[in-house]
Amino acid sequence: MSEHSVTRGHGADVEVRAVTKRFGPVAAVDDVSLTVRGGEFFSLLGPSGCGKTTTLRVIGGFERTDAGEVFIDGRPMGQTPPNRRPTNIVFQRLALFPHYTVYDNVAFGLRMQRLPDAEVRRRTRDALDLVQLPGLENRRISQLSGGQQQRVALARALVNEPRVLLLDEPLSALDLKLRLQMQEELKRLQHRLGTTFIYVTHDQGEALAMSDRVGVMNAGRLLQVGAPMEIYERPTNRFVANFIGDANLIDGIAGGVERGRVTVRVGGGVVGARARGDEHAGAPVTVCVRPERLRLHASGGPPGALRARIEDRAFSGYVIKYRLAGDGLRLHAAVPYVGGAPLFEVGDEVTVAWDPDQAVSVGRE
Amino acid sequence: MALPREARRPFSTSVAPLRRRTLADREDWLGRLMLAPALVYVVALVGVPFALALALAFSSARSGSLEFSWVGLRNFWTILPDPQFHRALWNTLRFTLVSQALVIVLAVTAAHVLSAAFVGRRLVRFLLLLPWAAPVALAAIGWTWIFDSTFSVINWTMLWLGLTKRWLYWFGEPQLATAAIIIVHVWRMFPFATVITLAGMSAIPQEISEAAVIDGAGFWRRFFQVNLPLLLPIITVAVLFGVVFTSTDLSVVYLLTRGGPYNSTHVLSSLAFQRGIFGGDLGQGAAVALFLLPVLVVVAILMLRTARRAEVGA
Repeated sequence: MSEHSVTRGHGADVEVRAVTKRFGPVAAVDDVSLTVRGGEFFSLLGPSGCGKTTTLRVIGGFERTDAGEVFIDGRPMGQTPPNRRPTNIVFQRLALFPHYTVYDNVAFGLRMQRLPDAEVRRRTRDALDLVQLPGLENRRISQLSGGQQQRVALARALVNEPRVLLLDEPLSALDLKLRLQMQEELKRLQHRLGTTFIYVTHDQGEALAMSDRVGVMNAGRLLQVGAPMEIYERPTNRFVANFIGDANLIDGIAGGVERGRVTVRVGGGVVGARARGDEHAGAPVTVCVRPERLRLHASGGPPGALRARIEDRAFSGYVIKYRLAGDGLRLHAAVPYVGGAPLFEVGDEVTVAWDPDQAVSVGRE
Repeated sequence: MALPREARRPFSTSVAPLRRRTLADREDWLGRLMLAPALVYVVALVGVPFALALALAFSSARSGSLEFSWVGLRNFWTILPDPQFHRALWNTLRFTLVSQALVIVLAVTAAHVLSAAFVGRRLVRFLLLLPWAAPVALAAIGWTWIFDSTFSVINWTMLWLGLTKRWLYWFGEPQLATAAIIIVHVWRMFPFATVITLAGMSAIPQEISEAAVIDGAGFWRRFFQVNLPLLLPIITVAVLFGVVFTSTDLSVVYLLTRGGPYNSTHVLSSLAFQRGIFGGDLGQGAAVALFLLPVLVVVAILMLRTARRAEVGA
């Protein structure tokens, strides 16, 4: 495949430094700082209205900041217009030109640069090859499926050889199967091109599956940045713990901190978790433990284990999900399903425990 | 105690008593009933006069006479070689085409300005709609003052700006009278076209324009290569309305020039009015008035087809 013309660029570093963007009295982006390394697949993750798209538009030059600055490869972008930045964007609603053919859509940016026709032809074909759309050049946009339109939008952005590609929830309109397929293709493309991808999504599964690193946002603030596994394993606050995967958040009082572990008094039991570092005896703390880390025992269990009653049971293929209540707590447990293994019944009394290394103390904000 | 009627039925199995169906439950009749006022209105005020005009165009009817006889196409054969009819037909076409061309340019420009954010945008939008909302007769009287041979504000302004060296008699010279009529037509239609174009612009996602920006398209390229083609269906609708309203309008010409000077600004509708009402020849008046009907029907079909094709293409 003649990918050379589209692979020349190398991903640029992006630094967002203390950026604030207000719309009237509302701070859509509130003092956000982050660094994206060249060639990285970085996702901004958060619920609707958290400021992730505004942050992306600030990087792309579509919004002016009220404070702070964006740097690309160390160069301050200031008021640099979008077309003079080494960026391109794939919009949520794709923004393809409906009156143009696939070829004309992809070639649009090259024609705007007044490149020779031969080069426009070659690079447009290369871009369409790259997104696996050869042979559809003369189709109108309305004659394409959602997935094909997605690929055209990608080709149109990539044909200009941006060093940073901004993607604003581009897969949100696709059905689940196609979305999973496009996730793989995006990751493959990014790996092949080495372009920096900054990807906005509200789908935590998507962000975790595709990204090298994830930034979690809420209410205009960037709460945590880290590798997907790091964010899943060590969320720093309740919001991140809740937003990334399922979590049991258990409020209690810190007993003591020893060798990086904190003991927490919860209801009638004492549980353990990895410490954040700022806990002290008698302080209120929240323990985050994922449902699949809970161990259920019909009787016994380790000393200090919580007692609970099975309130509900749901079979979901490879796991059995239990809803439990007891000791003033409501918990969720996910137990791997093994055919023939005995199951707990609704109403059974059980003890609940976990390895303290599999839980973490999180901030209460 | 007397039992309710439902309870007295020996084999009644219904749990709740059956509610009597009202008109609101009968969609077929309700629909007809709600359409009826509009239908009566259209039949009485459009259908009947149209049928009368058709009948009159093929008759020898005159005002003040009870005589009525069918004359076939004689009224049409009479007007076809008439130079005044030629002039009126030509005027109808050029007033319509020139004013609509100006309306579209102005409407698209105004829509772009009004879609931008600025202080007082709502007020400007409101003011812009006034010409459309104002009664034509009232507006035309205003314009007769603006073009008045003694008090013309336009003359005064143009002299002050040095754009002309002589006092212009707007309704005294055929070219100036033509210009005056076109100006008023443009003034009347352009708010409507602007509002329609604005609605069309708001339907185009902002991202489409931004995608063109990031690809390096400047204002004019964005306008001609992206925005204008996307606006084409809605502009076509505005043009269709403009063409129909302008080419059938009687009031502007009648109130401003009454077809003068020297019958140079007559359009088909004013000529029909002159021949049919003032001249008393109802048959000939109706023939003149109906002459443009087939042309307008063809124009309407063509424009609606264009609009549909553009939508399908989108």
